[in-house]
Amino acid sequence: MTELARRRLYDRVMRGLAGAAAGVVILPLVLILIFLVYRGSAALNLDFFTHLPKPVGEPGGGMANAIVGTLILLAIASAVGLPLGIFGGLFLAESRGSRLPWLVRFLADVLNGVPSIVIGIFAYTLLVLPMRRFSALAGGIALGVIMIPIVLRTTEELVRLVPASLREAALALGVPEWKVILRIVLPTARAGIVTGAMVAIARVAGETAPLLFTAFGNRFWHQGIDQPIAALPIQIFAYAISPFEDWHRQAWAGALVLIAMVFCVSLVARTATRGLGRPTR
Amino acid sequence: MADGIRVMALSAWFGQNRVLRNVFANMVPGAVTAIIGPSGCGKSTFIRCINRMHEVVPLARVDGRVLLNGEELYGPTVDPVVVRRRIGMVFQKPIPFPTMSIFDNVAAGLRLTGVRDRGRLHETVERALRQAALWDEVKDELAKSGASLSGGQQQRLCIARALAVEPEVLLMDEPCSALDPIATAKIEELIVELKRALTVVVVTHNMQQAARVSEWTGFFLLGELVEFGATRDLFTHPRDKRTEDYVTGRFG
Repeated sequence: MTELARRRLYDRVMRGLAGAAAGVVILPLVLILIFLVYRGSAALNLDFFTHLPKPVGEPGGGMANAIVGTLILLAIASAVGLPLGIFGGLFLAESRGSRLPWLVRFLADVLNGVPSIVIGIFAYTLLVLPMRRFSALAGGIALGVIMIPIVLRTTEELVRLVPASLREAALALGVPEWKVILRIVLPTARAGIVTGAMVAIARVAGETAPLLFTAFGNRFWHQGIDQPIAALPIQIFAYAISPFEDWHRQAWAGALVLIAMVFCVSLVARTATRGLGRPTR
Repeated sequence: MADGIRVMALSAWFGQNRVLRNVFANMVPGAVTAIIGPSGCGKSTFIRCINRMHEVVPLARVDGRVLLNGEELYGPTVDPVVVRRRIGMVFQKPIPFPTMSIFDNVAAGLRLTGVRDRGRLHETVERALRQAALWDEVKDELAKSGASLSGGQQQRLCIARALAVEPEVLLMDEPCSALDPIATAKIEELIVELKRALTVVVVTHNMQQAARVSEWTGFFLLGELVEFGATRDLFTHPRDKRTEDYVTGRFG
């Protein structure tokens, strides 16, 4: 075999292996999607998006309250997790010291590894017990806490990627450092930070464990953020372990809707950040 | 009192490493001063000390005095932000702000220091772009991204951006080293034009460039200002043996 033929073969084998690895990576996702569409679409109709759950035995009904509930929980979680994560990440990327940033980084990594149910217990002890009731607020904060380390570390990484020369160019114009960070560095890293935020939101959208004893679930429309609130993952859980065939179908539909929501969030993030780097006027 | 920049007993360090040793120099208005010397000799550090950009780097330290028209730039009450507004800087690589349009790039210095008046912004942007000899090429596409321009245009955009805040001094750190000969010629023309309005200091690797554009030249070697004088004298009758070796290409 000539040298060139050997290299060609080698190239083909490697391409094949890389392609196969990529295929194996997306295979589970595709299978899950197909299965969900197959099982979930049966119970998916307009009622599902507009109606409250029906009592046991009555056919029909939907999960409208859980869909709205999940959106409210995500909004509360974002209100907690995004500012803390983004500004914390900026602090880590910009601070000159070594001790405090090291400690924050270490603790964030630990927090990232804490099982979500433990964070649920934390919110339960700190919010549910003193307030003497389950609430959307407690659930949202629990999810927000889960988001913090994810947003924090992505923001730090992406702010670090902004070249020092860009920062210097702005400083040399006589712009105060805090303005350089907020108006030059942060916008430059924006696309990545938005993606990181969306990843965090998508991650907590499906969290069930921390909601079980914070948001608790509710069979009615939401009644204020200091009251228990329905959420898709809880509803799916409750319906999936129920003995009723009708509820099982609805659980599948709920799972499909949840995945679709996460998918939409990612899609919005992609399109919203695609135009960045182009002029702002 | 417009006597330009006066540097006295200036030394600079990166950590324990002393990169400038006891430099004395005087850069006068209405003229271009070129700073030459081999890589790592302290040229860039020298001009970064003038607008207090040296201290931006962690562990960097400066000692000595720098005066702009008689005012101390390293006084205890002097804000480096104010110094940098009065002494503009252009870097080796053109660095337009990537998220901004051409207009916004030039307006950035004013906007980020609180100017909101649209009329004044438009006026300033046009003046700065004209001064940087870029206006005719970009006047119809001010909303385009700064990054869409060619390398030479980007560098002139950066010069316009620096000029927009009306500095008294313009420091240029090898402004042509990333550009082709035609773009270089344009920037050189521009430098000669700019000295009428400001004190210009240009760091360059290119001795022909120093000879072409400058009235005064300083030669740095290993952190020392070996020789400083009229450009013609320094290139034709250098007083120091080391300068002679360098400008005649016998160096190292």
